[in-house]
This record gives sequence, structure tokens and C-alpha cells, in this order.
Amino acid sequence: MEKNKLKGWLYLLPAILFLGCFMVYPLIDVFVYSFEESYNFASQTYQGTGGFNFAYVLHDTYFLQAVKNTFLMVIITVPLSTGIALLISVGLSSIKPLRRLFQTVYFLPYVTNTLAVGLVFMILFKKTEYTDGLVNLLIHWFGGESVDFISGPYWAKMFVMCFYIIWVVMPFKILLLTSALLSVDQSYYNAAKVDGTSGARIFRKITLPMISPTIFYLVITGFIGAFKEYSDAVALFGTNLNAAGMNTIVGYVYDMLYGDSGGYPSYASAAAIILFVIVLTITCINLLISSKHTTYN
Amino acid sequence: MAKTDTYQEIERTAARRKKGMRTTTYILLTLWALIVLFPFYWMLLTSIKSYGAYNSEYIPQFITLSPTLQNYADAFSAVPLGRYLLNTFIFTVATTAIMMVVITLAAFAFARLNFRGKNLVFTLFLALMMIPNELVIITNFATITNMNMRNSFLGLILPSVTSVFYIYLLKENFAQVPDSLYYAAKVDGTSDLKYLCKVMVPICRPTLITIVILKVIECWNSYVWPRLITDDERYFLVSNGIQEIRENGFGRENIPAMMAAVVVISLPLIVLFLIFREKIMAGVSRGGTKG
Repeated sequence: MEKNKLKGWLYLLPAILFLGCFMVYPLIDVFVYSFEESYNFASQTYQGTGGFNFAYVLHDTYFLQAVKNTFLMVIITVPLSTGIALLISVGLSSIKPLRRLFQTVYFLPYVTNTLAVGLVFMILFKKTEYTDGLVNLLIHWFGGESVDFISGPYWAKMFVMCFYIIWVVMPFKILLLTSALLSVDQSYYNAAKVDGTSGARIFRKITLPMISPTIFYLVITGFIGAFKEYSDAVALFGTNLNAAGMNTIVGYVYDMLYGDSGGYPSYASAAAIILFVIVLTITCINLLISSKHTTYN
Repeated sequence: MAKTDTYQEIERTAARRKKGMRTTTYILLTLWALIVLFPFYWMLLTSIKSYGAYNSEYIPQFITLSPTLQNYADAFSAVPLGRYLLNTFIFTVATTAIMMVVITLAAFAFARLNFRGKNLVFTLFLALMMIPNELVIITNFATITNMNMRNSFLGLILPSVTSVFYIYLLKENFAQVPDSLYYAAKVDGTSDLKYLCKVMVPICRPTLITIVILKVIECWNSYVWPRLITDDERYFLVSNGIQEIRENGFGRENIPAMMAAVVVISLPLIVLFLIFREKIMAGVSRGGTKG
């Protein structure tokens, strides 16, 4: 037994070492950083402790802009992507021929490098002196004015951003919703048909409750994912997100840490903790709501 | 007589409505398929247009009559695209391989071995799942910088070789292997490690493959950590490479060459996906989080 006990720890040793170094210790350290004022990376000294870093971050216009951008992205993309994914999944589960083909196509964005495909989106939407770009061509066909979506007005940039985020997150949602829809017991539908229930009513009273756990799971992970939005923004607008006015909270953290405006781990830590608190709050609210409205069988 | 007429009438309307529904469904599904596929089509198309042809198109053309592979040659010669690909390949293989060893050992300990404090440690591990990467990356950046491991593969790889979630996933799978196999192996005098390699791993291969695939996708597309930890072009991964190409590569904006690079970068995972379609989709619905 004594030998066995040691052996268990031995098998766990690599995992514990790595997690200790790169998760547990940093987790404690980030709080330490966030309360050390004027921490200097080079000399590793600081001048005092207190809540100054949080006050600084909360008053930084770049941070406030990032918070505004992030909240807008969350509010727009989470409901829209979940709704469209639900619509597509319902369509997908109602057909037989071509279903596999559609599923394969819809999943493609999941396996692509977001930085690479973001470049394609940028070219489709960008207006340069040589060309108005493809999207503006379409707008012209419908009689509209051309807009520079990449370095033009704020709403245009936000539109591309949200469009791209939805394009990126859709595969995961369609995949989960379709398999949830297909696993609903067919006898419920047959019973409803015998009773002459209308299609809309069947959807509201049978389908939605049956797949509600999946929907809430997607909403919760969608919120978390959208709050951590960063790479997609870089893919569209380049690394200097502050200049583009499209920075996100995570982007603010990384900018504070590294790059042209970097070297302030204390501010970065404070911003990261604020983000964590926001995400935790929203997730708790989501869980509370979902426990009231979700049907588990 | 009149009654049957109306009955037929009703049936015909129902059939027509059903057909209308079906058509609408297919139109909707095709529309989304087009939205998904179009960027891929556009990058392929642009990558085979010549530089001159592309820049003289004020109105973008949907087809090209004079395809060229020059952009692919440019992508590999004007910027170190081959280097980026090689780096990403090394990074992906090394990270995935080390991670598989670490998590297999840990999952085995949790699922099969008995020792004091096991449940406590397991609970602590699960608690770590809630910690977002953004919170720990700041200190990791400082740690790797202080250890002088910036611009090195070690610095890139080390922080991402464990995943509590995958340990959990694998432990659940290991726990399903019947105990009797273990006791039979013990009677035969097989060591734990040998039992793990010869019995557990082969039985749980599907889960292991799923984890490998998910990790490979994650590694191939990782951007944030490599960006923080490398500023030397010799250690760039494809994500950073493409960002570098976009901001400084090819002199004047050579969009066809950029698109050629994008195609080259996207291709490996798309091919992997088309080969392992079922496995990847099943794996993502079990353990994916993106979205």
C-alpha cells in the first residue's frame, strides 16, 4: 500500500508540476500584481500596494472603449448566432438528402485559422484607392453608397466584426443543436401529430423544451467566448486595435502587457481580474435563469 | 362526391405547403452554405490571379481566365512561409505529444491507482477548469521572460502541455475499463505502466484520438501566446506569420500573394478535417468549446 501511494503521486507529478507552474502560481500572482502600484518589469520593484491599478484601468478611456466594444459584440452576436444556428439546425434536421454535405460545409470555419480567414474578410470588406471591394460592389448593385468597413465609421466596423464573429462561432452551435434536435424522441412528434397539433405549437411545446439544455449550454459558452473576443478583431483590424477603436477587454490586457503600449503587468492584471469578475457574474446570472427554464429529462 | 373533392383539395394544399416548406428550407440552407464557402472560394480565386490583373480590377471579377501559380512561389520565397509552417508543425507535434503523456499518466492515476488525497487533488483539478487563460497568461509571460525562454520552442510549448479538461475526459473513459482486467493483469505480474500501455491505451484509443485531434486544431490556430512570446521571425508560427505578412510582408500590398499564403496555411487542417470528418465532429461536440 505504501509503495502504491507513492506511485499514484508519481503518475500525477508531471501534471501537478505543469499546473502548479503555469496555472496555480500565476493565479495567485495575478492578484499580487494587481495590487502592486507602479510595478516595473525591468527592475522588478514597486512603490506601494493598493487599489490604484483598478482605479487607473477603470478611468482609462481605452479600457472604457474596449468595454463598450466588447459588450456590444456580446449583445449582438450571442442572440443572433444562437438564433440563426437554431433556424439552420431545424432546417438541417428536417431534411435527409444532402444533410451530410451541408453539415460538412457548415463545419469548415471551425478548422480554419481565424487570422488567415480574417484576412479574406478584410479584403472582401475593405475599400482602397484601387478597388471598392466586393461587398461595396454588392451594395452598389442594390443602389447604396459604398462604405469603408475596415477603417471607416464605427458602426461599419462593428458590423464586420459581428458578422465575422458569427461566421466563426456558427459551426460549433450548428453541430450541437443539430445533434440535439436529431436525438429528440420521435414518438413525441407522432403523438402530437395524432392530436393534430400545429407545427408552431409542436416546436414551442416539444422541440424547444427538449433541446433547452443544449441552448442554454450554447448561450453560456457563447457569452464566455464573446467576452474573451480578441483574435478575430486582430484578424480584421490589425494588431493596433486601439488606433482602430475596436479594442476588446482581452485586447486591452495584452496591449498593457506587451507591444508598443506594453510593459504594465499591474494594469493588465487589474483589467484581467475585472474581466473575470464580469464573466463570472454573467455566467452566474445565466445559470440562475437556465435552472428555472431548462427541462432535463 | 363533393366531400371527397374537398378532402383531396385539403390533401393537395397540405402537399403543396409541405413542398413549399421544403424548398424554403433548402434555399435557406444553401444560402448559409454559400456564406460559409464564399471566403474560401475568394481566397483560392485571388491566390491564382496575377498581381497585375488583381490590381487593375476596379470591379472585382468572379472568375479568372489566366490563372497563375506565381503567387505561391512568391509566398514561399518573399516571406519565410516554409519556416512558419515548419515551426507550427514542430510546435504542434511536440505540444500534443508531451501533453498526451502527461494527461494519460494523470488520468491513469485518478482512474485506477489508490492513494491518500486522490479525491481532494481531483477536486482541485476540476476547480482549475474554471480559470480562464487570460488570468494566468500575464504571469506566464513574466515567468517565461525571466527564464530567458522567449523566442524558443520551450517557451512556446511548456505552458500548454497540460489540460485539466482532457485529464477529466480521459479519466472518465479509463474508469469504464472493467476492474477485472486490472486484477487479471496483476495476477500475471504485469506492472502498472505496462498495463496502462498495453491494455488501457488500446481500449481507450478513440478518446485519445479525439483529444489529439482537438489539440492539433488548437495548436495550429494558436495566436495569443506565440505572439506574446516570440518577436523573432525565426520562431513565428503561422498565425503570427500571417499577421507579419499582412503588416510588413511583400512590400506594397500584394494581396494575391497574401491569399496564396492564406490558402497554404488553411489547407492542412481542412485536409485533416475532410479525412477525419466523423471523428472531429464527434470530438468537438464532446469536448469543443469554441463558439
